[in-house]
Amino acid sequence: MSFINYSSREINCKIVFYGPGLCGKTTNLQWIYKKTNPDSKGKMISLATETERTLFFDFLPLALGEIRGFKTRFHLYTVPGQVFYDASRKLILKGVDGVVFVADSQIERMEANIESVENLRINLAEQGYDLDKVPYVIQYNKRDLPNVVPLEEMRRALNPRGVPDYEACATDGTGVFDTLKAIAKLVIMELKKGQEGG
Amino acid sequence: MLGSDLVMYDEEFKQIDAELQRLLAQANAKVVFLVDKNGQLIAATGETENLDTTSLASLTAGNIAATGGMAKLLGEKEFSILFHEGQRDNIHISIIGQRVILVVIFDQRSSLGLVRLRVKKSAELLGNIFNQLLEKVEAEKGSGKGGDSPFAEITDEDIDKLFG
Repeated sequence: MSFINYSSREINCKIVFYGPGLCGKTTNLQWIYKKTNPDSKGKMISLATETERTLFFDFLPLALGEIRGFKTRFHLYTVPGQVFYDASRKLILKGVDGVVFVADSQIERMEANIESVENLRINLAEQGYDLDKVPYVIQYNKRDLPNVVPLEEMRRALNPRGVPDYEACATDGTGVFDTLKAIAKLVIMELKKGQEGG
Repeated sequence: MLGSDLVMYDEEFKQIDAELQRLLAQANAKVVFLVDKNGQLIAATGETENLDTTSLASLTAGNIAATGGMAKLLGEKEFSILFHEGQRDNIHISIIGQRVILVVIFDQRSSLGLVRLRVKKSAELLGNIFNQLLEKVEAEKGSGKGGDSPFAEITDEDIDKLFG
């Protein structure tokens, strides 16, 4: 649910990074924060436990510049990945414009990935969204580790719809901005469609 | 899903801004701001120079969402007012028309009673402005008037440029 302000000529959109626990959602945001020009980012907020596990959400406001004279801002959120924080995850999906699913490529996390996508589908549906229709991008993270599932197999399991997907290693930034760019593009295109459709 | 996008026009923005300024003065507050339930800052007035209003907006919405979750578990529809008391500053948060959140930050120059009273009056006015805004958005959509939309002619190039 974007916010278009004709008075201050601004567009604000909300993007949520979803995925199983420890898949690297927060790391994605930290990399984006680290590599963005100080003028175009706000403070990154992490509501985390003492052991740096996300408790409620991470939040990073990002100003990307202008489109047709409108300042374009993206608000990036992560959800807590751990299974028992489901109530919090539902809240963060409210009013979402686009979703990035961060998958953990390690063999032993495949089941957690599949469970998390299912959880995403259910929680989106509760908010009145359909995972097959929202702007959606998948990131296969941790490709640098030795025990990863082959790309084709991950695609088959997690991306039957064939949405844009990227291999990544969020700790060194590989694929992080490709993912962000892809979701931003889909979100803006969806806005365009919404306007045209009346 | 996109039918419920929040759109703000100049006319309503000015009305909202004027009402927030009035509330700021009448409640003797430090800062007054308005947030969409999804965490988007709509308008802010008062001593905002050294305040990270974007983050405050996001956390306020998170706070309201979490409290709303608690309300549901208790069988309540929502908790429409939240109050946080600090040593120096206090925050009064209230939901207007189930859609937007009004936040008032005040210190010892004001009191909770005064803030509550003034917020109640402003809430009604702000609620009316938002109803008017929603009607306008619906009417514009119905008439298919998308000519001045910033999105109508967006190209891939425009989007690529955003990322330099």
